Amino acid sequence: MSEVRITEQKGQVSDEVLVEVKNLKKYFRVGKNAILKAVDDLNLYIRKGETLGMVGESGCGKTTAGRTILGIYSPTDGEVLFEGKNVHKLSGREKKEYTKEAQIIFQDPYASLNPRMTVGDIIAEGIDIHGIYTGKERLERVYELLRMVGLNKEHANRFPHEFSGGQRQRIGIARALAVEPKFIVCDEPISALDVSIQAQIVNMLIKFQRELGLTYLFIAHDLAMVKHISDRVAVMYLGVNVELAESFELYKNPLHPYTQALLSAIPIPDPEVEKKRQRIMLEGEVPSPINPPVGCRFKARCKHAKPICGELNPQLKEVSPGHYVACHLY
Amino acid sequence: MERLLEVRNLRVSYHTYAGEVQSVRGVSFTLDKGESLAIVGESGCGKTVTSKAIMGLIQTPPGEIKKGSEILFQGKNILEFSKKEWQQYRGAEVSMIFQDPMTSLNPTMKVGLQIAESLMIHRGMSKKEAFKEAVKMLEMVNIPNAESRANQYPHQFSGGMRQRAMIAIALACNPKILIADEPTTALDVTIQAQIIDLMKELQKKLGTSIILITHDLGVVADIAQKLIVMYAGQIVERGNAEELFYNPQHPYTWALLRAVPRLDSEKKEDLISIQGTPPDLIAPPKGCPFASRCQYRMQICDEVPPPVTKISETHEAACWLHHEYAPKVDIPVGRGGVL
Repeated sequence: MSEVRITEQKGQVSDEVLVEVKNLKKYFRVGKNAILKAVDDLNLYIRKGETLGMVGESGCGKTTAGRTILGIYSPTDGEVLFEGKNVHKLSGREKKEYTKEAQIIFQDPYASLNPRMTVGDIIAEGIDIHGIYTGKERLERVYELLRMVGLNKEHANRFPHEFSGGQRQRIGIARALAVEPKFIVCDEPISALDVSIQAQIVNMLIKFQRELGLTYLFIAHDLAMVKHISDRVAVMYLGVNVELAESFELYKNPLHPYTQALLSAIPIPDPEVEKKRQRIMLEGEVPSPINPPVGCRFKARCKHAKPICGELNPQLKEVSPGHYVACHLY
Repeated sequence: MERLLEVRNLRVSYHTYAGEVQSVRGVSFTLDKGESLAIVGESGCGKTVTSKAIMGLIQTPPGEIKKGSEILFQGKNILEFSKKEWQQYRGAEVSMIFQDPMTSLNPTMKVGLQIAESLMIHRGMSKKEAFKEAVKMLEMVNIPNAESRANQYPHQFSGGMRQRAMIAIALACNPKILIADEPTTALDVTIQAQIIDLMKELQKKLGTSIILITHDLGVVADIAQKLIVMYAGQIVERGNAEELFYNPQHPYTWALLRAVPRLDSEKKEDLISIQGTPPDLIAPPKGCPFASRCQYRMQICDEVPPPVTKISETHEAACWLHHEYAPKVDIPVGRGGVL
């Protein structure tokens, strides 16, 4: 009985903020006078036990944002606070500790597992680095992790190429869970998988969140799945966070013209609904993030564009409780 | 309605070091003029191999189209075509667009020339005429500044534009059938919507029949008239769009519909995943291929392949649940996958 109570408690979203991102910028120099502004002035926070979804088209800076938050990239400007501490200004030992507390699950289950290592060694790599378990305990922990993700202990001695995409993603999850993190960045963990396998992985992630009290940053371009798994959703466009709201609120009442277009582009498996639906078609494609335009990034594709959109960069505003949007319309 | 294509009992195997992989195991379907057909299923179910067989792109060895298979194009079996007939057929009568537009375009050739190529071969146009026509094709697929774009190379195009160029190449000779193998899987949702819209519009304009291959039921709700659901090299259910989305009759189709959350649903329900993985096609199961993952499995499912039951004139499902002695099961999905 007591165990059940604990898991229930763990599954709740608390008011405590775990990760806070302030004015985060990450630029890459790509040529003599060309600067790629992958993330430009990102502001958000993630509460403990919460899943924050992050959506947007390819090249909008989702992955760069996730990696900068984890400290894999150092930011051009701004800061990322994890439990109140700036993760980019940690001392050597603290930094190592942070890599234990924050983990990542990668998009491509084929490229993210070392083909020369056995599955057992892949999963235990973090355990070894942090010296959490050794010898028999280490092996027991690997077996336990394999069991948790629906594989069995015979798999520990095999190599990644012997597994299917879905199974590899399970190995990736086991590796992330091995060091008992508090926070996991899920960088498009299901995009490379078949529909029938996607649901298995998503259900597993939800289950672990409830049982282990994890906090997720869930990056994806599949908006239906993001809505399903997330408590709140941030919409990114060309390195900028254009809208942020509770997931149901965002889908029911999208405010930014880009969010509206993005939502209307998603197919619904229902011929009648599809026939009646009015699509907001976006003209053209996402412009290059290299030397992006002044003012609103979306103005070239926006049908509501006004003169002010070309001059002033819209700031994220709270238009109703918890619903933020960066657009001159509001 | 003019019958364009008829596939009869198609069986394709690949010979590998581990044994013979039976990728397609007895698939039959027809395609009429102006019709759009969607073939839906997960990776490895044989949908791409089926389309490759129709295009004559099965490499032998290791591939092999088994004896007794027939693919009739306007009444003629293409498997007995001479080399010359193949040349006439491929590109001019039937053409194909692929999933990954980056690897299927030639990186060393100007885009305009890649479109012109088939016009020169099939229509006997001069290079200049063909290039002019190519620019027109690029305009038709809504590529701005078509004239200057035709002189560019694929790497100068974005993903969505490359797929548009692919469509232009495929439609250059005004083929009767266009096969699109996961044309939008590599693209973003907003671009996906543009490409699907473009295909619908072109179909209306040119009257091309389309075979659309995909793993995403949502993508085809809007465009397909007829659907085929494939699993482990076989057709498990077929029907028109209304029948498949509103009255699905096979547990695998139910599972596919329930595995994807619907954007317009109000509830936050648990996704129902399909446990396990598809069977190994080196030694396919002797009964129903879906039995090991099916929650309605009965003893007979493991032993005897299920008979095909006709539900309506156009709707068929291969499942033992439709046998008169089987327990009655309510369809566990609402319209279009609403739980």
